[in-house]
Amino acid sequence: MMRYEVLHTVKLCPSYLEVDGNRIAEAGGETSFLTDLYRRLGLDYPKFFKMDILSKVGFLASEFLLEQEGGERFVPRADRAVLLFNRYSSMHADQTFQETIAHPEDFYPKPSVFVYTLPNIVTGEIAIRNKYHGESNFILLPEYSEQAMNQAIERAFLAPGTTSLLTGWLEALSENEYEASCSLITVH
Amino acid sequence: MIVRKIGENIISPLGFSVAENFAAVMDGRSALQRYDHLWDLPFPCFVSLLADDILDEVFAQAVDQSRLPMKSCTRFEKIALLSAAKALQSTPLDPSSPRVLFMLSSTKGNVSLLADAAPDIKRVTPAHTAQLIARYFGNPNMPLVVSNACISGLCAQIEAYRCLQSGQYDAAVVIGADVLSPFIVSGFQSLKALSDEQCHPFSSVRQGLNLGEAAATVVYAAGEEPNGGWRMLAGAMANDANHISGPSRTGEGSYRALMSVLQSAALTAEDLACLNVHGTSTLYNDEMEAVAIHRAGLSGVPVNALKGYYGHTLGAAGILETLLTMHAVEQGVVPATRGYEEIGVTMPLSLSSSSGKTSKTAFVKLLSGFGGCNAAAAFTFDSCR
Repeated sequence: MMRYEVLHTVKLCPSYLEVDGNRIAEAGGETSFLTDLYRRLGLDYPKFFKMDILSKVGFLASEFLLEQEGGERFVPRADRAVLLFNRYSSMHADQTFQETIAHPEDFYPKPSVFVYTLPNIVTGEIAIRNKYHGESNFILLPEYSEQAMNQAIERAFLAPGTTSLLTGWLEALSENEYEASCSLITVH
Repeated sequence: MIVRKIGENIISPLGFSVAENFAAVMDGRSALQRYDHLWDLPFPCFVSLLADDILDEVFAQAVDQSRLPMKSCTRFEKIALLSAAKALQSTPLDPSSPRVLFMLSSTKGNVSLLADAAPDIKRVTPAHTAQLIARYFGNPNMPLVVSNACISGLCAQIEAYRCLQSGQYDAAVVIGADVLSPFIVSGFQSLKALSDEQCHPFSSVRQGLNLGEAAATVVYAAGEEPNGGWRMLAGAMANDANHISGPSRTGEGSYRALMSVLQSAALTAEDLACLNVHGTSTLYNDEMEAVAIHRAGLSGVPVNALKGYYGHTLGAAGILETLLTMHAVEQGVVPATRGYEEIGVTMPLSLSSSSGKTSKTAFVKLLSGFGGCNAAAAFTFDSCR
């Protein structure tokens, strides 16, 4: 078995954000918690507001992890893979897109919605933001399973050149139902 | 550890076995056709669809429906399960073994169920279908679904390769499937990615892609030594880190995946019978692939694309196209790129609208997809000793 080192962890849900087990923020303002967190990061990344919920949650989780990691960012690299898991795929974007085609008299499929009807788009958003040219992958499981995720993590480290992973469970069913439980892992 | 192909199947409008599908490709046949009012959509489309009556007949013969937990299957469930059943029929593998893992490659699974008045959300999830299939075969392991856009079929094979290489499992059943629906067709249409006529990969006249329905299954098993047949040599993925719905102009991710695979598999241009590429026939994809191939120094290697026969079969594409290329190379053939006309990319490529001959036994499969993802994998054929 490989030996991993968990560098940092993040947990983001509608009521709070934890980084490395410390409560960083709690929901409660008038505005969306996700927007609050975006502002808290002090980012100027307008693409964020075009993202679907799954991508927003994944993007914020990755930003808090990488802020914690520190060091030089945004330098092209291929040694870090992005590997995320969930059960419901891109369900929220799927339902949103379905609405746009459900009624023949009101048929307006939007490309900006359709592109988010793939769960791996969030891995692409994280790769673009951070200039990660390594592997990116999204795996769906019938239910949350540490064992299945650990096996996939072990396999991801078999890729030549992959020395760290941004990985974890990322589910977002609506603005009020989401969970990112992600970590940065390295292998020795 | 050697990763050998021990089972296979393709379910498509061109046939219900790899042999039938390969014969159709060799004959230059395609099920792609124009529909002016498919599903009452307000635009014409040029797609390849499975006929329900024939599908139901073959499904009833190959699948014991009394072993299923529900009265009826969706089309997606049918083709995925049928393909797995047919692939496993031809192998000695015991699919109920805990040493076997089931994997499904799909982009949208049962998404068409969302049009129901009260959709069964759990059933919409592709992992639900993967679980259904694994349980049908009595497999005790949690199956996984690789959902990495259009590269899913290669990613799933790469996962399978690593499952066997690492000793996590002794065999993997890799099923790729997607069916078309108003959801998928109108989505691609909204992106202006569809052509309303036959697609023309890499050609100056290309206007976009055609979509198609298919399921394909490959079964891999770990072995100690090659004893004839096909082996997977290596697989790699890389991200463009450029755009979520458009490929990199420099072919960055595709180039990186390609180079990684050539290095891992210790292959050079001289070893390759062909590069079986994505070749969707969109302006940007084909140009990007030509650039990536050129950068990798492989412009002289025969290139072919199979989208002109099947359209883009989404989650099935990586498996379907790998299997057909295996059969072709095994018979010393590089299949024609159906629909190819005059070269319409900025880098030279060795493409043809008629089939060619080869004496080489290895090939590389390439795919790219939304989210900036790219994959490559290398395969080789060993003659029986």
